[in-house]
This record gives sequence, structure tokens and C-alpha cells, in this order.
Amino acid sequence: MTAREATLARIRAAVGSAAPVPAVPRDYRVRGDLEANAAAQLFAQRVAEYRATVHHTDRRGFAALIGTILAGAGVTRVVVPTGLPAGWLAGVADSVMVVTDDGGLTTEDLDGVDTVITGCAVAIAETGTVVLDAAPDQGRRVITLLPDHHVCVVPAERIVTTVPEGLALLDPTRPLTMISGPSATSDIELDRVEGVHGPRRLDVIVLTAA
Amino acid sequence: MSNAQPPPAPIHAPAGVGMLRGTRTFPAAARLALADPQLRHNLGHATATIRDKRANVVAEAADWAELRDAGQAIKAATMAALDEHLVRLEQQLSAAGGVVHWASDADEANEIVTRLVRATGHREVVKVKSMATQEIGLNEALAQAGIDAYETDLAELIVQLGDDLPSHILVPAIHRNRAEIRNLFLRTIPDIDPGLADDPRALAAAARHHLRRRFLSAKVAVSGANFAIAETGTLCVVESEGNGRMCLTLPETLITVMGIEKVIPSWRDLEVFLQLLPRSSTGERMNPYTSLWTGVHAGDGPQSVHLVLLDNGRTSVLADEVGRAALHCIRCSACLNVCPVYQRTGGHAYGSVYPGPIGAILSPQLTGIEDNASLPYASTLCGACYDVCPVKIDIPSILVHLRAEHVEAQRERGVPPTPEAVAMAAAAWTMADAGRWRRAQRSSRLARLLGRRRDKTQGIIRSLPAPLAAWTGARDAPRPPAETFREWWAARERSENGKAQ
Amino acid sequence: MDRRPRVALFVTCLVDTLFPDVGRSTVTVLERLGCEVVFPAEQTCCGQAHINTGYHRDAVGLVRRFVATFEGFDAVVAPSGSCIGSIRHQHAMIAAKAGDPALAERARAVAARAFELSEYLVDQLGATDVGAAYPHTVTYHPTCHSLRLLGVGDKPLALLRHVRGLKLVELPNQDQCCGFGGTFAVKNADTSVAMLADKMNDVLSTGAEVCAASDSSCLMHIGGGLSRLRAGVRTVHLAEILAATEDAAK
Repeated sequence: MTAREATLARIRAAVGSAAPVPAVPRDYRVRGDLEANAAAQLFAQRVAEYRATVHHTDRRGFAALIGTILAGAGVTRVVVPTGLPAGWLAGVADSVMVVTDDGGLTTEDLDGVDTVITGCAVAIAETGTVVLDAAPDQGRRVITLLPDHHVCVVPAERIVTTVPEGLALLDPTRPLTMISGPSATSDIELDRVEGVHGPRRLDVIVLTAA
Repeated sequence: MSNAQPPPAPIHAPAGVGMLRGTRTFPAAARLALADPQLRHNLGHATATIRDKRANVVAEAADWAELRDAGQAIKAATMAALDEHLVRLEQQLSAAGGVVHWASDADEANEIVTRLVRATGHREVVKVKSMATQEIGLNEALAQAGIDAYETDLAELIVQLGDDLPSHILVPAIHRNRAEIRNLFLRTIPDIDPGLADDPRALAAAARHHLRRRFLSAKVAVSGANFAIAETGTLCVVESEGNGRMCLTLPETLITVMGIEKVIPSWRDLEVFLQLLPRSSTGERMNPYTSLWTGVHAGDGPQSVHLVLLDNGRTSVLADEVGRAALHCIRCSACLNVCPVYQRTGGHAYGSVYPGPIGAILSPQLTGIEDNASLPYASTLCGACYDVCPVKIDIPSILVHLRAEHVEAQRERGVPPTPEAVAMAAAAWTMADAGRWRRAQRSSRLARLLGRRRDKTQGIIRSLPAPLAAWTGARDAPRPPAETFREWWAARERSENGKAQ
Repeated sequence: MDRRPRVALFVTCLVDTLFPDVGRSTVTVLERLGCEVVFPAEQTCCGQAHINTGYHRDAVGLVRRFVATFEGFDAVVAPSGSCIGSIRHQHAMIAAKAGDPALAERARAVAARAFELSEYLVDQLGATDVGAAYPHTVTYHPTCHSLRLLGVGDKPLALLRHVRGLKLVELPNQDQCCGFGGTFAVKNADTSVAMLADKMNDVLSTGAEVCAASDSSCLMHIGGGLSRLRAGVRTVHLAEILAATEDAAK
């Protein structure tokens, strides 16, 4: 008997053939009761509590804001995914080198980049979470991992209130990364400090349509 | 069905491999830990910090009770059809380009991982923090095969650099404070800045610098998994530092070792656990990073993806109707942080990779009760663990259940009854009858035993013979009064009847 | 109420043998509130120590005795949160495990009518002022089984707040176990004493003269530690405080 057959046989013997399967009560909150504006505010507040920097802008101020963030951080090299909407980089100074990841960048290439700019698939207000699903405006997982600074653009219409609402919008078969604030650890005396292996700085831009 | 094989007997986790059995009993190991003031201070500080954080974020979730109910029910439902969910997981993951392996015990799992690493031609692996691989002693098995395994979680790194043992599920180095960690880094990390400060931020930065090259050159990673979704074949790792993302994203080959109980049936079930786990574990609304992958994603992340499904005694836990709820554990460690025993002894006293209340019910069931017989007694049954468990495991009841299993195992082995067993049987016989009990209360023997009056201080006894000497080592005992309650009551009845006449 | 409530006192083996004052006080309080108190002489022990140490077979006879002794009564009251906890949460399990479902059913029925003293006074009699007077500074340790297994909440505190002359001071870290734990106190004496040390620190930090609780077993442990240290703080059962009056104080 293979280990597979043996394990399955042991499970069946342990559980018995007529094991009742209990019903799962789902009386927890699935939908949030916040309107869009309030959800966006809650999202911004919760992200900020985890030491991310939150910015609010609309289409008009957007490009300039990205330019300002990069300039303020002294950024010289930026990586972006192939599907980043045209115009997002319009405000970036000419002195900043922008690399587009077509899948060919090596880890060494990415290690030398200061900042990555992406969109996001979904954002969850109650937990201050952004979710990346490797869509063209977000790119491969590695590009948001090696640069020490992540600028994540969150269109306000992608913000939901609860975790169940957020997961319901995602396709589990895509590579997913849920991000709640910058990299952190509580491993020393259970004292939380930000900044270990993932990006140590996270700028979140909440982008409203108006 | 007449020619079918008989159902296989449950197997326990084998001895001699992995980390489920201590070398000392709990009381003996606890005595050593209790004598270490630095350890006591570190643990007291860390557990108090995390308890408060957890309490705050749990209080904020208005539907916490409903989430716990759902979590408990999902786990119970999963166990009731565990074979079906595992087969589904295997199908879905295989269809997505992953390879599923099955391991009956620690040795089989170690062999599989060793073979897979060898096949890559590389001799180094980076590791994401994983309870399952510690349980089976994977690092030691890889070392024997000439493969170096590097822990990348900060606390695991601290443990590995110090040639130490983990003492907490979430924070394996909880027994170390910042000053000790600084000294360890200065001693063990080459090229470290000798001016390293002891604040956690500086120490985390030192770990980042130390591991950066290793991540960038890693070709093989080994991880555990917090959840595996049968419906989709998706694996999930929940973490904070980003070392998990590094291991799950950069190498060419990813090998995940996971206990069979970690499967959950559907994508929707994850919405429950992603709310329960972070709040219970690190006291955060959500942990910084959660990674989900489904087999191989072309052009993104490892292109060779394996899952090793580990039994190692879990099916024998499953066979116990009362004890099987221990398999519902999602390894949050909230029960450790509130346990008054764990807070004082720390994790090493439990002798297993699973310490604290959950360890006291899980380790003895994985190994067989007699290999960890002192663990179910390492609790006052205060119930704080049950109160905080996000999936409502009734740990005190299972502890009592396992204590009974130990007593029965001793009885069945036919060993001469222990003094305790003799005393318990005698007390039960005496107290099964009120007349016998009355006579025993009055008996001069009992009074003499309890009342050896070395100390003439009124109403108390300062020393008693063994085994009650363990009581009077630090506590006075009450001296039996001249009159029991029932004697007083009987006298009162007589005098009232007298008055009535 | 047109009839006096009739209460069967389950005094517990520990109180019977070592702390008879607690039993007498329980009788005093219940009678003062108009109850007819009965002490069924056939009672012995609930079996909690056997059950929690793993001697489940040995406990069956004790469960049988307890059920037979108390099943004829409308209410059973005990001055012990942990004994009532065992009766409510373990007796039926012990009977079922012994293959006696009929006993398990009877045990469940008795358990539904068994109350810890403060539960009975507050929930069943609706009393928080029991006419007591106790001119001392008191801190209250809620004990784990009363707190978590029975969920008595602040009923004992509600009773204490109505005691004349009593100054109640809050015990820090009160939900932390004192370290007694039945045979744990002996099997794991070192850990038990470490927990006791912290509990005593908390008690002493309040400046109270008296540390009260609703379980004589926890009090024996805390009191034994305080006595050994000559700490100058007494341990007193809730029932003894509720039984005290101005007359007695004089």
C-alpha cells in the first residue's frame, strides 16, 4: 500500500463511515454597512495605523502627487509593471530612471531599484489591506518585494469594507499577495517594529474619480 | 467487501526523529525554567504585551463570537470528511501544475523532502517558519544528507544561530530579550557592525542585511502552510516580515510540508480564518503579508511546486472522538499567551515544538499518551485557553480526557498501582458510602496524618509527610478542626429536636 | 412566595472536613433569607479531584452517590464554584463513559438544579443585600471555575457591595489563576507556588486585611501561602462574610 492509500485508509478508519458533517453557521458579518466614502476613510485610517503613508488625490492631482512622493524619497530608479496606465508617470522627473518589468528583470536588477509603483486588485477597509493579484497594473510578485519602497495606488471604487467582501472579489487561482502595512516583526519581546525583509516603506494613494 | 484489508491501526509519531518528546517530565523541566529569573522576566513582559493587544482587536470585532462559531464548525466539518477534502486538494493542485506527496510519518516526510532537494542539484534551502518541519526534525535530516537549511524568520534565525530550541509557536525566541539577541548577533553573524544597538528596529535591520544575499541566490525553499483550500488547490502562508514572500517567490523550487489537518474545504472558508488568526495571533487586524499560490504560475514565482501531506500521528488523534478537536488548531498561540503555567515556565518545559495548553493536548496524542504522560497534568484547568481559542477548542476537557487515558494506560500495563492510584481508589471507596466517610473523617489515622503537630501555631500545620510535603514546602496547611460540619449539623438537629419535644 | 424555598446543602468534602465554619455560614445566610436548609447526611464528595486527576472509573461511584442523594430536591446549593462546575460539566460525562446513560440523564437533571452560593442568592432568591455586616477591607479573588466554567460574573461582588462596613478593594490581575488546580498543587508544586507568589503579590498590593473567594480549595492555597509568609492577611470564604452581622462583630 502506498503512503497515500495508507493515510486515506487510516483517516476513514478513524472517522468512521457515518460521521455526521456539522452544518457551518455563518452568522458573522459578511457585508459592511459603510457607504463608499466612509469605507475609503476607514481604509485610509487603518492603513495609516500600520505605519503606511496615506495620500488622497483625484485624477487631476494624481500624476503630480506621484512625482512629489518619488522626489521626496530621493528615488532614482523605479520599476513598474507593463500594464501601469499611461499617464501615471507623467509627473515623474526626467532624472528618475523608470524600468518596465516585462518578466525579464533578474533579482539582481530588482535589488538595485528604489521604488515600485503598482495598482491593486482590491482593498479592504476594516483591516487596512491591499490585495495584489498580478494583473497587468500590478505585475509579478517579485517586483513588489525587492524594492525597499512600494507606492500602491488604490482606486476608491476598489475599496470594500470587510474581509469577506474582499475575498469574494478575488480569483483564488491567481497568485495573490495581501499587504497590510509595511513589512514588520514582533519577534523581539513581542514589540512590533516595521521594516524587515519586505519593503520598509509603503505609500498608499487613494484615488477618487472626481 | 469480504476480501478487503482490515482497517489499518492508528500510528503514532515515531520516536527518535523530530521534536515531540522531551527528555524530562514537565515538573522536572519546569523546575529548571522557574529558577531562571531572566526567562521569567522576558516571558512575563512578552506575554503581557501580546495579551493586551489581542484583547483590544478582539473587542473591536463585534461578530467575534459568530466568527468563532463558524471557525469551529468549519474545522469539525472538515475532519468529518477529511479524506475527501485531501483528495480534492490533490486533484486541484495537480491540475495546476503542483506535485502532491504523502508521508505517513516524520521519516517518510524527511525522505521525500531530501529526495526533492537532491533532485534540484542544490545543497542549500531557505526556510519559511514552519511548525510541521520542526515537528519532523527536517533541518537535522537535511543536514545528515549534506544539505544546509537556513531559517529566515527572525525568531527562528535567533533560535538557529543560538543553537537553541523554539519556545513559542508564533515567536520561537520569546524567551530571549533584546540584549541577549544583540549579544547573539555580535557573536554569530560575520561582518556585523560591532556598534549594533539593542533596539528591535536595529536588530531587525541586522537580520535583513544578513539574509539578503541568501534570499537573492536561493534556488530551493521549504515552507509550511497555514491553510490549503481543497476547492481550488490554493496554499496560503500568513506572515509579517516578508521572509515568507522571499521564499515563496524567488526560488525555482518550492516544497511545502503541511499536516493533513490544515486543509479547509472552500475558498469562502478562508474569510473566517483570515479574520480569526491575525487578531488571535499577533493582535493585529491583519498580518502584514498573506501569500496565496495555486500550483505553478507561469512566469511568476517557483516553477516547480511540491506539497508534502504529513500524517505523523494525526490520524490517531482523529480516531479519538474527544481528543480530535486538537486538530482544529490554527497555531495562533493565543492559548500560550494567556496560560498562567506557560507564562511562568515558557515553552521548553513542554519538551515539544508545540508548547502551552495546545501542546499539552496535541503532543501526547501525536506520540501516544505514555510518551508525554506528564503534559496533560501541566495545567490548573483554569480555562483561560478555552476562552481565547479562536476555534473554541475545549482544551480543559481534553486535558481531563487525556489524564484518564493515562490512568487507564497504566492500569492496563499491569504495573503495580502508583501510590496515587491506591490513594484515589481508597478515597473513592471510602466516599462512595457516607458511613465509611464519616468513620474515616473521625479516624485517628487521618487526624494524625494531617495533624502532626511539629508546629504549635494554632490552626495550621507547617509540615506534612510525602506526598503532601510538596504542599507544605511553601504553604501552611489547615489543621483539621475538632468538629466536622456533619457532626455540628447532627448536634444541631438533636438539640432542635430536643427543644421541639 | 407562599412557601419557604427548600434547599439541599451540598457542603463539599473539603468544607465538611477542614472548613466547617464555611458550611455553618452557608446555613446561616440561607436561613436568614427564609430558606429551609436540609443537609442530606448521605452526601460525601462530588468526585472532582478524581475526575480531574484522571480516575474516571473510581469517580463513577461518587457520581452515583451524589445523584442518588440530591435528585429529590428542587435546589442544591454548594459553597464552591469548582464543585458545582464539576457537577454541571463532568458528572454526565463520567456516567456516559461508564456505559450508564440512565445515570447520565439523572446527573444532567440534578446538575440543572445545582447552584453555587452566589448564583443561588442572586439569581434564584433575587437577593444582593443579605443583611450582613463586616467592618473590614476586603479584596475578592473570583476563582477560575466560578469565573469561566460557571460564568457567575460579578454576582459575588454585588453581594459584597451590600455588606455594611465592608470596604471592597479591587484585586489586580484577578482573572489570573492562583495556581491551586487540585492535584496540580502537589504534582506541579513548583509552578503552583510560582503562580501563588504572583497572586499573593497582587493581594498584598491592595492593602486589604482579608482576601475572599468562593472556593475553600483556592483559599486554602492562597491562605497557606500568606500564612507561611506571615503576611498578615486572612483568607475568608464569601459565605463567612455574608453570615457576619453587627451583633457578631460586637
